[in-house]
Amino acid sequence: MTEILLAAILTDNLALSFFLGICTFLAVSQRISTALGLGIAVIVVQGVTVPVNALIHAYLLAPGALHWIGLPEIDLSFLRIIVFIGVIAAMVQLMELLLDRFVPVLRRALGVFLPLITVNCAILGGSLFMVERRYDPLEAVVWGIGSGIGWALAITAFAAIRERLRHADMPEGLRGLGGAFIVTGLMSLGFSGFGGLVQ
Amino acid sequence: MPEPQGIWGRFLARPNEDPVKALGMAGLVALGAALTVSTAATLLEPRQAANLEAARAARRQAMVDALPGLRVVMEEAGVTELQSRLVELESGRVLPGDASGFEAEPTARDAETGIDLPPEADIAGLGRRERVAAVHLLERDGAPALVVLPMRGTGYQSTIHALLALEADLDTVAALTVTEQGETPGLGAQIERADWQALWPGRRIADDSGTIRIEVVRGAASTPYEVDGISGATRTGNGVTAMLRFWMGPWGYGPFLDRLAREGMG
Amino acid sequence: MRRLSHHLTDPLIRSNPVTLQILGICSALAVTTALATALTMAAALIFVLCASAAIISTIRRHIPHAIRLILQITIIATLVIVTDEVLRAYAFEISQRLSIFVGLIVTNCIVLGRAESFAMHHPVGPSVLDALGNALGYGLVLMIVATIRELFGTGRLLGVPMLPLAEQGGWFEPLRLMQLAPSAFFIIGLLVWAIRAARPEQAERPEHRLLSRRGEARP
Repeated sequence: MTEILLAAILTDNLALSFFLGICTFLAVSQRISTALGLGIAVIVVQGVTVPVNALIHAYLLAPGALHWIGLPEIDLSFLRIIVFIGVIAAMVQLMELLLDRFVPVLRRALGVFLPLITVNCAILGGSLFMVERRYDPLEAVVWGIGSGIGWALAITAFAAIRERLRHADMPEGLRGLGGAFIVTGLMSLGFSGFGGLVQ
Repeated sequence: MPEPQGIWGRFLARPNEDPVKALGMAGLVALGAALTVSTAATLLEPRQAANLEAARAARRQAMVDALPGLRVVMEEAGVTELQSRLVELESGRVLPGDASGFEAEPTARDAETGIDLPPEADIAGLGRRERVAAVHLLERDGAPALVVLPMRGTGYQSTIHALLALEADLDTVAALTVTEQGETPGLGAQIERADWQALWPGRRIADDSGTIRIEVVRGAASTPYEVDGISGATRTGNGVTAMLRFWMGPWGYGPFLDRLAREGMG
Repeated sequence: MRRLSHHLTDPLIRSNPVTLQILGICSALAVTTALATALTMAAALIFVLCASAAIISTIRRHIPHAIRLILQITIIATLVIVTDEVLRAYAFEISQRLSIFVGLIVTNCIVLGRAESFAMHHPVGPSVLDALGNALGYGLVLMIVATIRELFGTGRLLGVPMLPLAEQGGWFEPLRLMQLAPSAFFIIGLLVWAIRAARPEQAERPEHRLLSRRGEARP
């Protein structure tokens, strides 16, 4: 279990090793507070949707999954993308309602990017990796929370760097997005140093 | 403005917030999507199957090409391709019948043609196994000169598919070709590289007492039963070991190979 | 037609989806190790983007607001599945290399982003042109990055050897960095810099101006 957790945060980081969810990663990382808020939202969404998707895949979609109602030949795995997105969309909708009720400041700060979590490739990618690696529901919980933590860690660290860069004397054309791309590349190179940490 | 004619016109004229319209639009889009996908999948399936078969045949050819001298042997024997045969795994008997187009995994999943593996026997994490499998043989003078066994097992994060070629003594590895894997790129995925696969020819599966000892070890190999592991990819290496031990053992091709050694081709 | 053509040409450089709108980046990185995969990915995206724009634009007046996101995703997912099936039937080897990335076109922000912000509010003609323009803009960036990465990472272009490799007696030592994903980030970053140097209106305003010694704001 700890291997899965360590891998999710360091060696298989969804943002810096697989480059999933980069659009949001680049667009919502100007302030640490917003990035942290988005990161926490991602951890929660990921921590719930990956195990739920694992159960759905195991008992509904996988080849032979329907044997418990007497239909072992049916293979619905081609539906997994749309089903997973459905689960994620529902979960994000729920998060939106909860945030509106309890932490409206964060809800306003995240703005349009909260609904965009629905199509954040990192969330969908997390579920798809779970299927590819055949995690059972318990491992899926660890992978879900871990991969969320990894993505949140990446975006928060990135935001911290970008806040510093705001005060830097940079060439006009490189300021902002251009510098952000290069910093992301450097962070990713740094994280690749963790490779081989988890056997 | 005249009343919209017909059911369709009236439906479209409903305001978008109307629940009937919402359900109707959702249903229509779903129906359209389903029809499009199923039509495309059904129409294209023959070509895709042909592509998969061509890829598999190419891999078998690549394995043959990788074995020095095998081409010459095959030409001498007057064969251009390996023979494919169906084998009943539990008894090890060769069955009559056409082995071309045989697919192991769907056969294993089917309730009739596959069996559940008891957990203590399922060291490769397969869950189920087919009753009958396809093997590929090169015969010379009525005896097998080369046996190619398709196998699969659970790796670190994917199912590893491989072809194990055994020499005539049915114990020495002639070649191991990994045909499919989804392991970590740069680490476990290196099992698909030619330089790692080149470590296998000449390795032995079992010792003289018949105990299976083949193993992918951490670090460098020190006996003829060991193969160098890939650093940072221990779990993948363990998966390969488990795969080989399962399929060479009593629950895999073991009975078939024993029968082959005793009786030759029948 | 003159009025409409700007839908096609704007997204090429002036409002390029990758370098200005920050969309569609995830897939741009992994598929740009070779020019062949990048071109295939761009072609797949052109098809999905234009077809989805056309369909969504056609039915835009009848899409209830509450379910619009899932309807758009369903339409896009259908097109992606069809594209994947066609690739597996007619370009098998390339489809193996593209593996999950064709599937991830479903969540490619460009497709959903243009559907939501343009196709939902404009007629079919301009929607398709806008889609084509954005897809071409994306393809342009992909092509540039892939050309640099493949040429300097392996000495080949489209599989054809272009630079003599050192291990075969030539002078070119491949830049291993180009085969790693972060290199795509560096290249895109430099590309953004180049575009903004040529078109200063795209550059972001600095939030703080550094003061010079005499207390005046430096330009």
